[in-house]
Amino acid sequence: MNSEVVIAGVGQVPVGEHYHLSLRSLAAKAMLAAIHEAGDIRPQAVFAGNMLAGTLSRQSNLGALLTDNINLRGVEGTTVEAAGASGAAALRLGYLAIASGYIDSALVVGVDKYTDSVGADVDAALAQTLDSDYELMAGLTPVAQAALVMRRYMHTYNVAHEAFAPVAVNGHARAANNPNAMFRKAITVEQYRSAEDQVSPLNLYDIAPYGDGAAAVLLIHSDKLEKKPDHPLVRITGSSVVTDTLALHDRQEMLAWYAAAFSIERACRQAGIMPQDVDFFEYDDACSIYAALSVEAAGFARRGTGCEFIAAGSLPVATMGGQKGRGNSLGGSGVYQAVEATLQLRGQAGKNQVPGAKRALIHNLGGAAATAISHVLEL
Amino acid sequence: MEIPRHWRLKQQRYALVGEVCPHCEGKIFPPRDVCPHCSGEAKTPYAFSGRGEVYSYTRISDGPAGFEESAPYTIALVKLEEGPLVTAQLTDLGGQPVDIGMPVEMVTRRIRSDGDERGMIVYGYKFRPVMAAQA
Ligand SMILES: [Zn+2]
Repeated sequence: MNSEVVIAGVGQVPVGEHYHLSLRSLAAKAMLAAIHEAGDIRPQAVFAGNMLAGTLSRQSNLGALLTDNINLRGVEGTTVEAAGASGAAALRLGYLAIASGYIDSALVVGVDKYTDSVGADVDAALAQTLDSDYELMAGLTPVAQAALVMRRYMHTYNVAHEAFAPVAVNGHARAANNPNAMFRKAITVEQYRSAEDQVSPLNLYDIAPYGDGAAAVLLIHSDKLEKKPDHPLVRITGSSVVTDTLALHDRQEMLAWYAAAFSIERACRQAGIMPQDVDFFEYDDACSIYAALSVEAAGFARRGTGCEFIAAGSLPVATMGGQKGRGNSLGGSGVYQAVEATLQLRGQAGKNQVPGAKRALIHNLGGAAATAISHVLEL
Repeated sequence: MEIPRHWRLKQQRYALVGEVCPHCEGKIFPPRDVCPHCSGEAKTPYAFSGRGEVYSYTRISDGPAGFEESAPYTIALVKLEEGPLVTAQLTDLGGQPVDIGMPVEMVTRRIRSDGDERGMIVYGYKFRPVMAAQA
Protein backbone atom coordinates (compact mmCIF):
# COMPACT_ATOMS: atom_id res chain seq x y z
CA MET A 1 0.00 0.00 0.00
CA ASN A 2 1.54 3.28 -1.09
CA SER A 3 -0.75 5.70 0.67
CA GLU A 4 1.10 7.39 3.50
CA VAL A 5 -1.11 8.49 6.34
CA VAL A 6 0.90 10.60 8.77
CA ILE A 7 0.32 12.11 12.19
CA ALA A 8 1.03 15.81 11.75
CA GLY A 9 -0.10 17.05 15.15
CA VAL A 10 -0.99 15.74 18.61
CA GLY A 11 -2.79 17.12 21.65
CA GLN A 12 -3.67 15.80 25.11
CA VAL A 13 -4.89 16.96 28.49
CA PRO A 14 -3.69 15.37 31.74
CA VAL A 15 -5.97 12.51 32.76
CA GLY A 16 -7.66 13.30 36.06
CA GLU A 17 -10.66 14.88 37.73
CA HIS A 18 -11.56 17.92 35.65
CA TYR A 19 -14.71 19.04 37.44
CA HIS A 20 -14.49 22.54 35.96
CA LEU A 21 -14.32 21.28 32.37
CA SER A 22 -17.29 19.99 30.38
CA LEU A 23 -17.06 17.13 27.91
CA ARG A 24 -16.87 19.53 24.99
CA SER A 25 -14.25 21.78 26.57
CA LEU A 26 -12.08 18.86 27.53
CA ALA A 27 -12.20 17.58 23.95
CA ALA A 28 -11.61 21.08 22.56
CA LYS A 29 -8.31 21.43 24.42
CA ALA A 30 -6.90 18.30 22.81
CA MET A 31 -8.44 18.98 19.39
CA LEU A 32 -7.18 22.55 19.16
CA ALA A 33 -3.72 21.53 20.34
CA ALA A 34 -3.47 18.86 17.63
CA ILE A 35 -4.71 21.22 14.91
CA HIS A 36 -2.31 23.92 16.01
CA GLU A 37 0.69 21.61 16.26
CA ALA A 38 0.02 20.37 12.74
CA GLY A 39 0.31 23.93 11.42
CA ASP A 40 -3.34 25.00 11.72
CA ILE A 41 -4.70 22.47 9.26
CA ARG A 42 -8.49 22.52 8.99
CA PRO A 43 -9.44 18.81 8.99
CA GLN A 44 -11.98 17.50 6.48
CA ALA A 45 -13.49 15.12 9.04
CA VAL A 46 -13.66 14.54 12.79
CA PHE A 47 -13.86 11.04 14.28
CA ALA A 48 -14.74 11.16 17.97
CA GLY A 49 -13.95 8.03 19.98
CA ASN A 50 -16.20 7.90 23.01
CA MET A 51 -17.51 5.17 25.25
CA LEU A 52 -19.95 6.58 27.77
CA ALA A 53 -21.02 10.18 27.07
CA GLY A 54 -24.54 8.94 26.24
CA THR A 55 -24.88 7.65 29.80
CA LEU A 56 -22.46 9.56 32.03
CA SER A 57 -22.91 12.97 30.39
CA ARG A 58 -26.35 12.32 28.84
CA GLN A 59 -24.87 13.45 25.55
CA SER A 60 -24.96 11.74 22.18
CA ASN A 61 -23.85 12.86 18.72
CA LEU A 62 -20.40 14.08 19.69
CA GLY A 63 -19.56 14.14 15.99
CA ALA A 64 -21.69 17.25 15.69
CA LEU A 65 -21.14 18.72 19.16
CA LEU A 66 -17.35 18.58 19.32
CA THR A 67 -16.99 19.74 15.73
CA ASP A 68 -19.37 22.66 16.15
CA ASN A 69 -17.82 23.63 19.49
CA ILE A 70 -14.50 24.49 17.86
CA ASN A 71 -16.10 26.17 14.84
CA LEU A 72 -15.52 23.38 12.40
CA ARG A 73 -19.18 23.66 11.40
CA GLY A 74 -19.90 21.95 8.10
CA VAL A 75 -17.10 19.43 8.55
CA GLU A 76 -17.90 15.70 8.53
CA GLY A 77 -18.20 14.39 12.10
CA THR A 78 -19.21 11.06 13.65
CA THR A 79 -18.88 9.25 16.97
CA VAL A 80 -17.16 5.87 17.17
CA GLU A 81 -17.79 3.40 19.98
CA ALA A 82 -15.99 0.14 20.79
CA ALA A 83 -16.00 0.16 24.62
CA GLY A 84 -12.47 0.78 25.95
CA ALA A 85 -11.14 0.63 22.39
CA SER A 86 -13.31 3.52 21.18
CA GLY A 87 -10.28 5.80 20.78
CA ALA A 88 -8.34 3.30 18.67
CA ALA A 89 -11.49 2.60 16.66
CA ALA A 90 -11.73 6.31 15.83
CA LEU A 91 -8.05 6.26 14.83
CA ARG A 92 -8.75 3.29 12.58
CA LEU A 93 -11.62 5.10 10.83
CA GLY A 94 -9.55 8.25 10.38
CA TYR A 95 -6.76 6.15 8.91
CA LEU A 96 -9.13 4.26 6.56
CA ALA A 97 -10.81 7.44 5.36
CA ILE A 98 -7.50 8.99 4.33
CA ALA A 99 -5.90 5.78 3.03
CA SER A 100 -8.97 5.23 0.84
CA GLY A 101 -8.35 8.55 -0.86
CA TYR A 102 -11.81 9.93 -0.11
CA ILE A 103 -10.50 12.61 2.24
CA ASP A 104 -7.11 14.21 2.77
CA SER A 105 -7.15 14.97 6.49
CA ALA A 106 -8.96 13.94 9.66
CA LEU A 107 -8.94 14.93 13.30
CA VAL A 108 -9.25 11.94 15.61
CA VAL A 109 -10.23 12.68 19.20
CA GLY A 110 -10.79 10.27 22.09
CA VAL A 111 -12.69 11.69 25.04
CA ASP A 112 -14.69 10.66 28.10
CA LYS A 113 -15.98 12.60 31.12
CA TYR A 114 -15.83 9.98 33.84
CA THR A 115 -16.57 12.44 36.65
CA ASP A 116 -19.87 13.73 35.20
CA SER A 117 -21.75 11.13 37.28
CA VAL A 118 -21.01 9.49 40.64
CA GLY A 119 -21.59 6.26 42.54
CA ALA A 120 -23.35 3.05 41.55
CA ASP A 121 -24.71 4.65 38.38
CA VAL A 122 -21.15 5.03 37.08
CA ASP A 123 -20.42 1.36 37.77
CA ALA A 124 -23.63 0.44 35.96
CA ALA A 125 -22.63 2.60 33.00
CA LEU A 126 -19.20 0.94 32.78
CA ALA A 127 -20.93 -2.45 32.93
CA GLN A 128 -22.96 -1.55 29.83
CA THR A 129 -19.96 -2.62 27.77
CA LEU A 130 -20.49 -6.23 28.93
CA ASP A 131 -23.17 -8.55 27.53
CA SER A 132 -26.12 -6.74 29.06
CA ASP A 133 -28.56 -9.71 29.08
CA TYR A 134 -26.17 -12.34 30.41
CA GLU A 135 -23.25 -10.67 32.20
CA LEU A 136 -24.48 -7.33 33.49
CA MET A 137 -27.73 -8.98 34.63
CA ALA A 138 -25.74 -11.34 36.84
CA GLY A 139 -24.09 -8.35 38.52
CA LEU A 140 -20.78 -8.54 36.66
CA THR A 141 -18.59 -5.45 36.18
CA PRO A 142 -15.64 -4.97 33.77
CA VAL A 143 -13.15 -5.16 36.63
CA ALA A 144 -14.77 -8.33 37.99
CA GLN A 145 -14.57 -9.77 34.49
CA ALA A 146 -10.82 -9.15 34.53
CA ALA A 147 -10.68 -10.81 37.95
CA LEU A 148 -12.35 -13.93 36.51
CA VAL A 149 -9.73 -14.04 33.74
CA MET A 150 -6.87 -13.45 36.18
CA ARG A 151 -8.01 -16.14 38.63
CA ARG A 152 -8.24 -18.67 35.81
CA TYR A 153 -4.84 -17.58 34.46
CA MET A 154 -3.17 -17.97 37.86
CA HIS A 155 -4.82 -21.39 38.28
CA THR A 156 -3.94 -22.65 34.79
CA TYR A 157 -0.32 -21.52 34.69
CA ASN A 158 0.38 -21.68 38.43
CA VAL A 159 1.32 -17.99 38.55
CA ALA A 160 1.40 -16.14 41.89
CA HIS A 161 -0.31 -12.78 42.29
CA GLU A 162 3.01 -11.11 43.02
CA ALA A 163 4.19 -11.94 39.49
CA PHE A 164 1.97 -9.12 38.18
CA ALA A 165 3.83 -6.44 40.14
CA PRO A 166 5.99 -5.31 37.17
CA VAL A 167 2.92 -4.01 35.31
CA ALA A 168 2.10 -1.55 38.08
CA VAL A 169 5.70 -0.78 39.00
CA ASN A 170 6.63 0.04 35.38
CA GLY A 171 3.43 2.03 34.85
CA HIS A 172 3.90 4.21 37.91
CA ALA A 173 7.63 4.73 37.33
CA ARG A 174 6.92 5.92 33.78
CA ALA A 175 3.95 8.03 34.87
CA ALA A 176 6.19 9.90 37.31
CA ASN A 177 7.93 11.38 34.26
CA ASN A 178 4.75 12.08 32.27
CA PRO A 179 3.21 15.53 32.86
CA ASN A 180 -0.12 14.23 31.48
CA ALA A 181 -0.34 11.29 33.88
CA MET A 182 -2.91 10.98 36.64
CA PHE A 183 -0.55 9.55 39.28
CA ARG A 184 2.99 10.86 39.01
CA LYS A 185 4.49 8.75 41.73
CA ALA A 186 6.60 5.61 41.52
CA ILE A 187 5.62 2.57 43.61
CA THR A 188 7.65 -0.34 44.94
CA VAL A 189 7.07 -4.06 44.66
CA GLU A 190 6.46 -4.05 48.40
CA GLN A 191 3.68 -1.46 48.02
CA TYR A 192 2.14 -3.61 45.32
CA ARG A 193 2.37 -6.72 47.47
CA SER A 194 0.73 -5.10 50.47
CA ALA A 195 -1.99 -3.18 48.59
CA GLU A 196 -5.61 -3.63 49.54
CA ASP A 197 -7.54 -6.41 47.79
CA GLN A 198 -10.26 -4.93 45.58
CA VAL A 199 -11.92 -7.50 43.36
CA SER A 200 -9.89 -10.54 44.24
CA PRO A 201 -7.38 -11.54 42.93
CA LEU A 202 -7.09 -7.94 41.68
CA ASN A 203 -5.72 -5.49 44.22
CA LEU A 204 -5.68 -1.71 44.11
CA TYR A 205 -2.58 -1.64 41.88
CA ASP A 206 -3.91 -4.17 39.39
CA ILE A 207 -6.67 -1.79 38.29
CA ALA A 208 -5.99 1.33 36.23
CA PRO A 209 -7.68 4.37 37.78
CA TYR A 210 -10.52 5.92 35.78
CA GLY A 211 -10.35 9.62 34.99
CA ASP A 212 -11.49 12.37 32.62
CA GLY A 213 -9.35 12.72 29.57
CA ALA A 214 -9.09 13.81 25.96
CA ALA A 215 -6.39 13.20 23.38
CA ALA A 216 -6.29 14.02 19.68
CA VAL A 217 -4.18 13.40 16.60
CA LEU A 218 -4.39 15.19 13.29
CA LEU A 219 -3.96 12.77 10.39
CA ILE A 220 -3.18 13.85 6.86
CA HIS A 221 -2.08 12.26 3.61
CA SER A 222 1.62 13.05 3.26
CA ASP A 223 1.13 14.29 -0.33
CA LYS A 224 -1.45 16.84 0.84
CA LEU A 225 0.72 18.48 3.47
CA GLU A 226 1.40 22.02 2.26
CA LYS A 227 3.82 23.07 4.95
CA LYS A 228 5.92 20.54 6.83
CA PRO A 229 5.72 21.07 10.60
CA ASP A 230 8.88 21.55 12.69
CA HIS A 231 8.66 18.07 14.17
CA PRO A 232 9.18 14.74 12.34
CA LEU A 233 6.08 13.15 10.82
CA VAL A 234 5.01 9.77 12.16
CA ARG A 235 3.55 7.33 9.65
CA ILE A 236 0.76 4.83 10.32
CA THR A 237 1.98 1.70 8.55
CA GLY A 238 -0.31 -0.93 10.02
CA SER A 239 -3.87 -0.92 11.31
CA SER A 240 -6.21 -3.72 12.32
CA VAL A 241 -9.43 -4.28 14.27
CA VAL A 242 -10.47 -7.79 15.29
CA THR A 243 -13.47 -8.84 17.40
CA ASP A 244 -14.12 -11.87 19.61
CA THR A 245 -17.20 -12.94 21.59
CA LEU A 246 -18.52 -10.02 23.63
CA ALA A 247 -19.31 -12.22 26.62
CA LEU A 248 -16.39 -13.87 28.37
CA HIS A 249 -18.43 -17.05 28.95
CA ASP A 250 -18.81 -17.53 25.18
CA ARG A 251 -15.05 -17.79 24.52
CA GLN A 252 -13.80 -21.09 23.11
CA GLU A 253 -10.49 -20.62 24.90
CA MET A 254 -10.50 -17.82 27.45
CA LEU A 255 -6.76 -17.35 27.89
CA ALA A 256 -5.91 -17.44 24.17
CA TRP A 257 -6.67 -13.71 23.68
CA TYR A 258 -7.42 -14.48 20.01
CA ALA A 259 -8.63 -11.04 18.92
CA ALA A 260 -5.51 -9.45 20.37
CA ALA A 261 -3.23 -11.98 18.68
CA PHE A 262 -4.89 -11.64 15.28
CA SER A 263 -5.05 -7.85 15.33
CA ILE A 264 -1.35 -7.58 16.23
CA GLU A 265 -0.45 -10.12 13.56
CA ARG A 266 -2.46 -8.34 10.87
CA ALA A 267 -1.23 -4.83 11.71
CA CYS A 268 2.37 -6.05 11.69
CA ARG A 269 1.90 -7.98 8.45
CA GLN A 270 0.54 -4.84 6.79
CA ALA A 271 3.59 -2.93 8.00
CA GLY A 272 5.84 -5.72 6.71
CA ILE A 273 7.34 -6.43 10.12
CA MET A 274 7.27 -8.97 12.92
CA PRO A 275 6.11 -7.81 16.38
CA GLN A 276 9.72 -8.40 17.53
CA ASP A 277 10.83 -5.62 15.16
CA VAL A 278 9.22 -2.82 17.21
CA ASP A 279 11.19 -0.63 19.60
CA PHE A 280 8.41 -0.41 22.18
CA PHE A 281 4.91 -1.73 22.86
CA GLU A 282 2.02 0.30 24.23
CA TYR A 283 -0.22 -2.42 25.65
CA ASP A 284 -3.64 -2.06 27.22
CA ASP A 285 -3.30 -2.46 30.98
CA ALA A 286 -6.80 -1.50 32.12
CA CYS A 287 -6.17 -4.42 34.49
CA SER A 288 -2.72 -5.96 34.93
CA ILE A 289 -3.80 -9.38 33.65
CA TYR A 290 -4.61 -7.81 30.27
CA ALA A 291 -1.03 -6.56 29.92
CA ALA A 292 0.31 -10.07 30.52
CA LEU A 293 -2.12 -11.63 28.05
CA SER A 294 -1.35 -8.96 25.45
CA VAL A 295 2.42 -9.55 25.45
CA GLU A 296 1.65 -13.25 25.07
CA ALA A 297 -0.77 -12.52 22.22
CA ALA A 298 1.97 -10.53 20.47
CA GLY A 299 4.25 -13.53 20.71
CA PHE A 300 6.77 -11.73 22.92
CA ALA A 301 6.31 -14.40 25.59
CA ARG A 302 4.96 -17.94 25.79
CA ARG A 303 1.57 -18.44 27.40
CA GLY A 304 1.72 -18.04 31.14
CA THR A 305 5.01 -16.12 31.05
CA GLY A 306 3.82 -12.61 30.13
CA CYS A 307 4.66 -11.21 33.56
CA GLU A 308 8.20 -12.60 33.39
CA PHE A 309 8.67 -10.90 30.03
CA ILE A 310 7.47 -7.55 31.38
CA ALA A 311 9.70 -7.95 34.44
CA ALA A 312 12.76 -8.67 32.28
CA GLY A 313 12.38 -5.25 30.66
CA SER A 314 13.98 -6.22 27.34
CA LEU A 315 11.21 -4.40 25.44
CA PRO A 316 9.98 -1.04 26.77
CA VAL A 317 6.22 -1.22 27.48
CA ALA A 318 3.64 1.39 28.49
CA THR A 319 6.40 3.95 28.06
CA MET A 320 4.43 6.95 29.37
CA GLY A 321 2.79 5.01 32.20
CA GLY A 322 0.06 3.10 30.39
CA GLN A 323 -3.45 3.24 31.73
CA LYS A 324 -2.15 2.18 35.13
CA GLY A 325 -0.07 5.32 35.57
CA ARG A 326 -1.44 7.80 33.03
CA GLY A 327 -5.01 6.89 33.92
CA ASN A 328 -7.86 5.14 32.11
CA SER A 329 -9.91 7.74 30.29
CA LEU A 330 -12.16 5.11 28.67
CA GLY A 331 -12.77 6.25 25.07
CA GLY A 332 -9.69 8.44 25.30
CA SER A 333 -7.17 5.66 25.97
CA GLY A 334 -6.49 4.52 22.42
CA VAL A 335 -5.76 8.06 21.25
CA TYR A 336 -3.48 8.72 24.25
CA GLN A 337 -1.47 5.70 23.09
CA ALA A 338 -1.13 7.23 19.61
CA VAL A 339 -0.10 10.60 21.07
CA GLU A 340 2.46 9.01 23.41
CA ALA A 341 3.94 6.79 20.71
CA THR A 342 4.22 9.81 18.41
CA LEU A 343 6.11 11.75 21.09
CA GLN A 344 8.46 8.77 21.54
CA LEU A 345 9.14 8.47 17.82
CA ARG A 346 9.78 12.20 17.53
CA GLY A 347 12.23 12.05 20.43
CA GLN A 348 9.99 14.23 22.62
CA ALA A 349 9.29 11.81 25.46
CA GLY A 350 11.57 13.47 28.01
CA LYS A 351 12.86 11.19 30.76
CA ASN A 352 10.74 8.35 29.35
CA GLN A 353 12.45 8.54 25.97
CA VAL A 354 13.19 5.14 24.40
CA PRO A 355 16.59 5.87 22.82
CA GLY A 356 16.52 5.73 19.04
CA ALA A 357 12.91 4.56 18.83
CA LYS A 358 11.83 4.22 15.19
CA ARG A 359 8.84 1.89 15.35
CA ALA A 360 5.96 1.38 17.78
CA LEU A 361 3.15 -1.10 18.26
CA ILE A 362 0.09 0.27 20.05
CA HIS A 363 -2.72 -1.99 21.18
CA ASN A 364 -6.08 -1.01 22.66
CA LEU A 365 -8.78 -3.35 24.01
CA GLY A 366 -12.55 -3.10 24.23
CA GLY A 367 -13.73 -5.24 27.14
CA ALA A 368 -11.78 -8.44 27.79
CA ALA A 369 -10.34 -8.27 24.25
CA ALA A 370 -13.83 -8.52 22.76
CA THR A 371 -12.43 -5.85 20.46
CA ALA A 372 -8.69 -5.60 19.86
CA ILE A 373 -7.19 -2.79 17.82
CA SER A 374 -3.53 -2.55 16.81
CA HIS A 375 -1.58 0.10 14.97
CA VAL A 376 2.04 0.22 13.87
CA LEU A 377 3.57 3.71 13.90
CA GLU A 378 6.92 4.50 12.30
CA LEU A 379 9.19 7.43 11.72
CA MET B 1 -37.70 -0.01 34.12
CA GLU B 2 -37.08 -2.61 31.47
CA ILE B 3 -40.18 -4.81 31.75
CA PRO B 4 -40.22 -6.10 28.13
CA ARG B 5 -36.60 -7.17 28.40
CA HIS B 6 -37.11 -9.04 31.67
CA TRP B 7 -40.22 -10.72 30.23
CA ARG B 8 -38.38 -11.76 27.09
CA LEU B 9 -35.57 -13.41 29.07
CA LYS B 10 -37.71 -15.28 31.60
CA GLN B 11 -37.24 -18.75 30.07
CA GLN B 12 -33.49 -18.37 30.30
CA ARG B 13 -33.54 -16.81 33.76
CA TYR B 14 -35.99 -19.20 35.45
CA ALA B 15 -35.30 -22.46 33.66
CA LEU B 16 -31.87 -22.14 32.06
CA VAL B 17 -33.38 -22.75 28.63
CA GLY B 18 -30.79 -22.56 25.88
CA GLU B 19 -30.69 -24.37 22.58
CA VAL B 20 -29.53 -27.59 21.02
CA CYS B 21 -28.24 -27.21 17.49
CA PRO B 22 -30.33 -29.30 15.02
CA HIS B 23 -27.28 -29.62 12.77
CA CYS B 24 -24.39 -30.58 15.06
CA GLU B 25 -26.20 -31.24 18.38
CA GLY B 26 -24.05 -28.64 20.15
CA LYS B 27 -25.60 -27.41 23.38
CA ILE B 28 -25.82 -23.63 23.50
CA PHE B 29 -26.29 -21.29 26.46
CA PRO B 30 -27.03 -18.41 26.42
CA PRO B 31 -29.10 -18.88 23.26
CA ARG B 32 -27.65 -17.47 20.05
CA ASP B 33 -29.04 -16.90 16.59
CA VAL B 34 -26.33 -18.93 14.92
CA CYS B 35 -24.61 -22.04 16.32
CA PRO B 36 -21.04 -21.18 17.43
CA HIS B 37 -19.87 -24.68 16.52
CA CYS B 38 -21.20 -25.20 12.96
CA SER B 39 -22.68 -21.80 11.96
CA GLY B 40 -26.08 -23.39 11.32
CA GLU B 41 -29.22 -21.63 12.45
CA ALA B 42 -29.93 -22.49 16.08
CA LYS B 43 -33.48 -22.39 17.43
CA THR B 44 -34.43 -25.68 19.11
CA PRO B 45 -34.99 -25.01 22.85
CA TYR B 46 -33.06 -27.13 25.30
CA ALA B 47 -33.33 -27.02 29.09
CA PHE B 48 -29.98 -27.40 30.81
CA SER B 49 -29.67 -29.60 33.89
CA GLY B 50 -28.35 -26.74 36.00
CA ARG B 51 -25.44 -28.81 37.27
CA GLY B 52 -21.87 -27.72 36.79
CA GLU B 53 -18.69 -26.62 38.48
CA VAL B 54 -16.94 -23.35 39.26
CA TYR B 55 -14.54 -22.37 36.46
CA SER B 56 -13.48 -19.04 37.97
CA TYR B 57 -14.85 -16.63 40.56
CA THR B 58 -14.42 -13.30 42.30
CA ARG B 59 -16.11 -11.22 44.95
CA ILE B 60 -17.73 -7.83 44.41
CA SER B 61 -18.03 -5.56 47.43
CA ASP B 62 -19.66 -2.55 45.71
CA GLY B 63 -22.29 -3.56 43.21
CA PRO B 64 -23.36 -1.42 40.25
CA ALA B 65 -26.81 0.21 40.26
CA GLY B 66 -29.44 -2.51 40.69
CA PHE B 67 -27.07 -4.71 42.69
CA GLU B 68 -26.17 -2.46 45.63
CA GLU B 69 -28.45 -4.41 47.98
CA SER B 70 -26.94 -7.74 46.96
CA ALA B 71 -23.37 -6.62 47.63
CA PRO B 72 -21.08 -8.10 48.73
CA TYR B 73 -21.61 -11.08 46.43
CA THR B 74 -19.55 -13.81 44.78
CA ILE B 75 -19.80 -14.04 41.02
CA ALA B 76 -18.52 -16.95 38.99
CA LEU B 77 -18.13 -18.53 35.63
CA VAL B 78 -19.86 -21.88 35.98
CA LYS B 79 -19.03 -24.68 33.55
CA LEU B 80 -22.30 -26.51 32.94
CA GLU B 81 -22.05 -30.29 32.64
CA GLU B 82 -23.39 -30.01 29.07
CA GLY B 83 -20.40 -27.81 28.15
CA PRO B 84 -21.16 -24.08 28.05
CA LEU B 85 -19.95 -21.54 30.58
CA VAL B 86 -22.43 -19.22 32.26
CA THR B 87 -21.87 -16.07 34.33
CA ALA B 88 -23.83 -16.14 37.58
CA GLN B 89 -23.73 -15.30 41.25
CA LEU B 90 -23.04 -18.00 43.81
CA THR B 91 -25.45 -18.23 46.72
CA ASP B 92 -26.06 -20.21 49.92
CA LEU B 93 -22.33 -20.38 50.53
CA GLY B 94 -22.72 -20.07 54.27
CA GLY B 95 -19.12 -19.07 54.79
CA GLN B 96 -17.86 -22.01 52.74
CA PRO B 97 -14.73 -21.11 50.76
CA VAL B 98 -15.16 -21.16 46.98
CA ASP B 99 -12.67 -22.91 44.76
CA ILE B 100 -12.20 -23.70 41.10
CA GLY B 101 -13.79 -27.09 40.41
CA MET B 102 -16.36 -26.83 43.20
CA PRO B 103 -19.60 -28.60 42.14
CA VAL B 104 -22.63 -26.29 42.00
CA GLU B 105 -26.29 -26.44 40.98
CA MET B 106 -28.74 -23.85 39.76
CA VAL B 107 -31.37 -22.25 41.97
CA THR B 108 -33.77 -19.38 41.28
CA ARG B 109 -33.22 -16.29 43.38
CA ARG B 110 -33.77 -12.58 43.37
CA ILE B 111 -31.01 -11.16 41.16
CA ARG B 112 -31.60 -7.45 41.09
CA SER B 113 -34.00 -4.65 41.91
CA ASP B 114 -34.69 -1.93 39.39
CA GLY B 115 -34.46 0.96 41.75
CA ASP B 116 -37.49 3.18 41.56
CA GLU B 117 -40.64 3.64 43.61
CA ARG B 118 -42.37 0.77 41.80
CA GLY B 119 -39.45 -1.40 42.90
CA MET B 120 -39.43 -4.09 40.24
CA ILE B 121 -37.60 -7.18 41.47
CA VAL B 122 -36.00 -9.49 38.94
CA TYR B 123 -35.56 -13.20 39.62
CA GLY B 124 -33.18 -15.52 37.85
CA TYR B 125 -30.55 -18.22 38.13
CA LYS B 126 -27.82 -18.36 40.73
CA PHE B 127 -25.74 -21.39 41.67
CA ARG B 128 -25.24 -22.98 45.09
CA PRO B 129 -22.76 -25.58 46.28
CA VAL B 130 -23.84 -29.20 45.87
CA MET B 131 -23.72 -30.80 49.30
CA ALA B 132 -21.27 -33.68 49.60
CA ALA B 133 -24.09 -36.09 50.57
CA GLN B 134 -26.08 -35.23 47.46
CA ALA B 135 -23.15 -35.20 45.10
ZN1 LIG C 1 -24.26 -26.47 15.30
